[in-house]
Amino acid sequence: MALIEAKSISKVYTMGDIEVNALKGVSLSIAKGEFVSVMGASGSGKSTFMNILGCLDKPTGGKYLLEDVDVSGMGRDELADIRNRKIGFVFQGFNLLPRTTALENVELPMFYKGVPAKERMGRAMEALKKVGLEKREMHYPNQLSGGQQQRVAIARALVNEAPIILADEPTGNLDTKTSVEIMELFVELNNTAGITIILVTHEPDIAEFSKRTIKFLDGRVISDEMTASRRARANG
Amino acid sequence: MVNLPFTAALAFRTLRVNKMRSLLTMLGIIIGVGAVIAMLAVGTGATQQITAQISSMGSNLLIILPGSTTSGGLRMGAGTQPTLTTFDSDAIEEDAPAVAAAAPVLSGSAQVIYGNQNWSTVVSGTTPSMLYVRDWQLAEGRPFSDADVKNATKVCLMGQTVVDNLFGGEDPLGKTVQIKGVPFQVIGVLAVKGQSVMGQDQDDTIYVPVTTAQRKLFGTAFPGMVRVIMIKARSTADLNAAQDQINALLRQRHHIMPGQDDDFTVRNLTQMMQAAEQSTKIMTLLLGAIASVSLLVGGIGIMNIMLVSVTERTREIGIRMAIGAKTWDIRIQFIAEALIMSLIGGIIGIALGVAGSSAISKIAGWPAVVSPFSALLAFGFSGAVGIFFGFYPAYKASLLDPIDALRYE
Ligand SMILES: Nc1ncnc2c1ncn2[C@@H]1O[C@H](COP(=O)(O)OP(=O)(O)OP(=O)(O)O)[C@@H](O)[C@H]1O
Ligand SMILES: [Mg+2]
Repeated sequence: MALIEAKSISKVYTMGDIEVNALKGVSLSIAKGEFVSVMGASGSGKSTFMNILGCLDKPTGGKYLLEDVDVSGMGRDELADIRNRKIGFVFQGFNLLPRTTALENVELPMFYKGVPAKERMGRAMEALKKVGLEKREMHYPNQLSGGQQQRVAIARALVNEAPIILADEPTGNLDTKTSVEIMELFVELNNTAGITIILVTHEPDIAEFSKRTIKFLDGRVISDEMTASRRARANG
Repeated sequence: MVNLPFTAALAFRTLRVNKMRSLLTMLGIIIGVGAVIAMLAVGTGATQQITAQISSMGSNLLIILPGSTTSGGLRMGAGTQPTLTTFDSDAIEEDAPAVAAAAPVLSGSAQVIYGNQNWSTVVSGTTPSMLYVRDWQLAEGRPFSDADVKNATKVCLMGQTVVDNLFGGEDPLGKTVQIKGVPFQVIGVLAVKGQSVMGQDQDDTIYVPVTTAQRKLFGTAFPGMVRVIMIKARSTADLNAAQDQINALLRQRHHIMPGQDDDFTVRNLTQMMQAAEQSTKIMTLLLGAIASVSLLVGGIGIMNIMLVSVTERTREIGIRMAIGAKTWDIRIQFIAEALIMSLIGGIIGIALGVAGSSAISKIAGWPAVVSPFSALLAFGFSGAVGIFFGFYPAYKASLLDPIDALRYE
């Protein structure tokens, strides 16, 4: 059973007279526990695809099944609920709430889920510990380094025990050393907690951390295979 | 469902970030609520003062003025022709069942002398019923009696203003004063009543037996003549009946044929005063209504700032939506901010309104009464304004597209 099942998904943006075919029939399925990297040239439709997987956007055509449930007919609040329970987002720009402590940022998804205040605090602390930030809980985003901010964002993605983490260029704003640290964190989460991770990246080095690499070109999937290093290992 | 402490804490924090802006936004509500409170306080103060003055006049009062309203085809003002007598007064008290008491009055201004002090005041000849009719107590001494009236004794009851001006600190009881050169013994001092509705000092007066006034002070054109008769009806409900009975009785006593005009006029003082009270109340409401317009303007100010805030925080809204905020989660958040601003504004406005109305009352020499009701009303109203004007921005925020909001720079 596939966790994520995309069936010839297309997305057309209409701006006045101009139509942009951002996705032209993408079909793929991702199973639970996979670690997938999505690559491809700028404008090839990676972010568009991720937004659809994340239930932030709806496809123009095709079908998207999440845990065998078709989400295309769902309303705003239902989609919000799915995002809240099933999907953790990690963005390139971190997207933490300003003037809000690390701890409160991590508490927020639980707040919208309706978790009682007492429980929220403990779980948020736990999540921060997992990403190695237990001493920074009272810091505001502007008091944290980029890598630390991204860790807070990952803690926020973990805290509702969502089975999927979607990360659109999570290391795009980070230096190489920090990028590697973040990727090691993802690998650990994938290995130990079995969280399905789908991440977009432009850097082959980053993609190396994943198990499967999907390449986009011009709104289509042009390759979908085992990540190069693993393939080498498998062959060697 | 809605997590109030968290939502409130969140809203407070957001408002604190933009202290100056929040304060300026609240200013509209502060001024609005302050104005409503002050206007209602001043108006309520005026109403209460009038009410106090009305009750100081005595309750359920009618006044009978002599003279016809028409005289041989020529209309004359009431009181132009003396036609009333003490006998009329006695007859009314005896025979009109709806009348509790009647007191004739023959008054005039007179010079009063005590030692080397003199004072000009209104001296009224009347009967013992007068104190009852006007609900007036004595501060000290005794009232004059029916025997005093019968014998036309030279005794008087003195208002506090007259006492102050003639006696200074001295005790007036038992002292003899000269009224129009006639010696009168002071047997009682009237309790202080203060100003009348017309602004007259009601304590600037002297009461003497009506017979003494007729014979020794003012004289009469015909036996028993008095200027007016004051009537106390048994109850407010009896006022109209009393008026009818007096009309019938006096027409009969004055031998007025059917079809002929009365030679007297009966006025319902209580009704007149109540009308004055009513109009003050309406005035109060009107002032309050005008002041609430500024509260409305304050509400529009809140809406304006909230709209700006929604635009500024588009990205934040996008983040919240991405991690699971539903339509009402977003709405409640913005409504809470508007509500907190308007409620804090309301509280400050109430404080300001209380301070302002006490200042107005000091300057205008006029009591200002802030009723808990008006404070509560203003508080509730400002809350309603917050919710009402906060709703549209909150609604707008909740309809943002999550991706557009996340991408917003
Ligand atoms: N909201 C939008 N309105 C119109 N066109 C859009 C919109 N979003 C994306 N597009 C278009 O869709 C295509 C795919 O965009 P997308 O953001 O998915 O690319 P990407 O692969 O994520 O690129 P990058 O690597 O630069 O992030 C582009 O041609 C882009 O111009
Ligand atoms: Mg992109």
